[in-house]
Amino acid sequence: MTEIPTNSAFLQFERVQKSYDGETLVVKDLNLSMPKGEFLTMLGPSGSGKTTCLMMLAGFETATHGEILLDRKPINHIPPHKRGIGMVFQNYALFPHMSVAENLSFPLEVRKVSKSDREGKVMRALEMVQMEEFDNRRPAQLSGGQQQRVALARALVFEPEVVLMDEPLGALDKQLREHMQFEITRLAHNLGITTVYVTHDQTEALTMSDRVAVFDDGRIQQLATPDQLYEEPENSFVAQFIGENNTLIGTVKSIAGKTGIVTLDNGEEIAAKMVNVSNVGDRTKVSIRPERVEFNRERLHADAHTLKAEVKEFIYMGDIFRFRLAVAGNEDFIVKTRNAPDAVKLAPGQKIEIGWLADDCHALDA
Amino acid sequence: MRCRKLRMTVTNSFNRTSKERDAVVSAGPMLAADGTPLKKSLARALRVQKMRALLLIAPLLVFVLISFIAPIVDMLFRSVENQIVSDILPETVMALETWDGSGDQPPAEMAFEALYLDLFFATEKKLHTRLGSRLNYEITGAASLFRKTGRRIGRFGTDVLTSQIVAQSPELANVAAWQELMGDTETRSALPLTARTWDRWTEYLIQEGDDVATTPLEDIHFAALYFDLRDGVFATNARLPALDITNYETVRFRDEFASADDGWLDVEFWRTVQTYSPRYTPGYFLNAVDLKKDYDGIQPRPESQQIYVTLFGRTLSMSLVITLACLLLGYPVSWLLANLPARTANLLLILVLLPFWTSLLVRTSAWKVMLQQQGVVNDTLVWLGFVDDASRLIMMNNQTGTIIAMTHILLPFMILPLYSVMKTIPPSYVRAAKSLGATNWTAFWRVYFPQSVPGIGAGSILVFILAIGYYITPEIVGGTSGIFISNRIAYHISSSLNWGLAAALGTILLVAVLVLYWVYDRVVGIDNVKLGG
Repeated sequence: MTEIPTNSAFLQFERVQKSYDGETLVVKDLNLSMPKGEFLTMLGPSGSGKTTCLMMLAGFETATHGEILLDRKPINHIPPHKRGIGMVFQNYALFPHMSVAENLSFPLEVRKVSKSDREGKVMRALEMVQMEEFDNRRPAQLSGGQQQRVALARALVFEPEVVLMDEPLGALDKQLREHMQFEITRLAHNLGITTVYVTHDQTEALTMSDRVAVFDDGRIQQLATPDQLYEEPENSFVAQFIGENNTLIGTVKSIAGKTGIVTLDNGEEIAAKMVNVSNVGDRTKVSIRPERVEFNRERLHADAHTLKAEVKEFIYMGDIFRFRLAVAGNEDFIVKTRNAPDAVKLAPGQKIEIGWLADDCHALDA
Repeated sequence: MRCRKLRMTVTNSFNRTSKERDAVVSAGPMLAADGTPLKKSLARALRVQKMRALLLIAPLLVFVLISFIAPIVDMLFRSVENQIVSDILPETVMALETWDGSGDQPPAEMAFEALYLDLFFATEKKLHTRLGSRLNYEITGAASLFRKTGRRIGRFGTDVLTSQIVAQSPELANVAAWQELMGDTETRSALPLTARTWDRWTEYLIQEGDDVATTPLEDIHFAALYFDLRDGVFATNARLPALDITNYETVRFRDEFASADDGWLDVEFWRTVQTYSPRYTPGYFLNAVDLKKDYDGIQPRPESQQIYVTLFGRTLSMSLVITLACLLLGYPVSWLLANLPARTANLLLILVLLPFWTSLLVRTSAWKVMLQQQGVVNDTLVWLGFVDDASRLIMMNNQTGTIIAMTHILLPFMILPLYSVMKTIPPSYVRAAKSLGATNWTAFWRVYFPQSVPGIGAGSILVFILAIGYYITPEIVGGTSGIFISNRIAYHISSSLNWGLAAALGTILLVAVLVLYWVYDRVVGIDNVKLGG
């Protein structure tokens, strides 16, 4: 996890808590700081508190405790319309009774921008999202992707320094979503906007963000760059939530520095990196990514631990092969290999040996 | 890429084959698999569905036809229907056809003779008073004129004619002779008035269940025969015993009527009869807009009788005020309901609907208790010292009372459509507006309000249309200055029994509502009316 020096923090949550009913905390002790121009994604399952954080930032919810600072000024008591934060909503929230141009000109009108300036800015914003031909359409006459672009343009047209996006691509189909992911990141970086993006789609989070904050149970479980998050999960929730993951349950047998030996429940022993287990005898969940598992003996390191496995299922997915194995009592152990010319197709029932690098194997909390 | 290409070729080849198949068939109409035209086979497939739909709505359809459509058609018909004059006074109407009423003289003797025949039957059938009250709508005094004369008609000196004819030709005293005479076509065409009178007579007797052969003859037959012999061109063709009427002593019917009531000499009365003799009349409608039709054409009624235009105007303006009041009071409540958590909103919604659980009459009577000068509101104001005991507010038996009570009663009809429309406006719109920099007011006015307009439209139409036809509440708390047109309609239906006028007033009300609806559609668009969803 990269430490951001406080003096460069543009947007900060300081010990923020939020409760709706006075009994349970939806957000528990949130600390977060973002430098200017960063694209940060809040990722988490529904009910994890990520949307509440966004709403507090936008000003639609007030923090029960703690401070939210924008450019080092507390904004807790500033009403939403004075915060100057652009926002893209889940269902776009384009005003249905206004044309596209009127929708875009709305934030400028309420800011008393002169008519001639307004027109220029609206057209520039529409050009930015390649929607300049649609200025006279009503939102209902646009496709989902077009509405999405207009919503984006509307959130950017008044040149806010911070833009919030609440699952903006949730309603689009896969292809369009991938395209828009690219468009949004491009725009955000080109304009140097500080972006807070909320999603429950981990692929979206990984591909778009500078950093990702994984939320669960009202806390940030890990705040890191996408590659760190995927390759160095700090706890078993993050390991499970991000990407596909194989879990083997066992007990720590010995620890030597950063690595150690884990005895699996069926008695076999494997080497693993100790991430958040510190005592010998602790229960642990060992996590291995499916694509880091090797069953081609020639490609395995000499010192690699191997486990016996039985192929249960073969799934053809086009670009990759996917095998379901039974390993050390786990019947849902997944292995993926690229559909390369030399790829081996394993048949169900086949008995094989699998192995991996100790570095790819993380012993996490049980 | 290769895969996609492959799929494209597959699609193309599929298209080609289907095109080829079409080409084979395209010689004639599209055919189904069994060779019948596709349209026909589709219609057959849908017929069962249609029949089922029809059966499902049939009970309601029949009910609506009988209980709603038919009465409305009947009402529309009654507002122009005027058959009573020509049905009861057929001979008189015929005699007046050629009368020029522009002078200051009543019509000639012939009209009075015809009137005598008509009135004889009317009195026998006891219809003369009904005709009297019908004509009384148009000219005052007609009712008593007919009533009085009805009592006198039997004592007109018409037996002179009878005795003279019987003296010359004694067999005419027998019913059988008349029956034979009137059975003969040639005689009938020679003596048309006599024939018509005989037919009316026999028809009347059959209706009463009497036997023509045993019922004594009346003077009317001899009078009619005398008129025919005197005026008839072909009277000589009749197979009659020779009658010479040249030296007869005659009856002056005009004088007979005048001695019964000198109202019969009023030229105005005769003009009215002539004006209202057609079977259909615009008279009721003219009356409903404070006009009348007389010999000189359509003109306004005397000022003292002009009430309906004012009443229509008041009904419209007060309904508008009530609608506006409902909107102003209902809008914030609906907004609150739509934005509260479901549990609380449901509880409050029940409170809104609570008035529906009490009788309308009870609620209105409660307002009577509240609003009267010694009532709860006044007592409270006096007790608080806002109002002096001597000058208690008059809030009832005037327009204020009607507006207060009706606003309260119709409020749920505004709140419910507003609520259901507001429920569909996602909170994200207002949030979006605020995040874009709009103040609370701007966000409401520019974003929320325009989207609630369909609800305002639906609620306003509902309240306005209900208000415009309201009856009970204005009747109870409206006094004289707070009553609506429907109270007047009710009066004509149940008290004055002028159903034609009531129908005309009702029709105008119906048309007014339809016109307003049409205007609303033009201005706001009926697609913009939502009752929810």
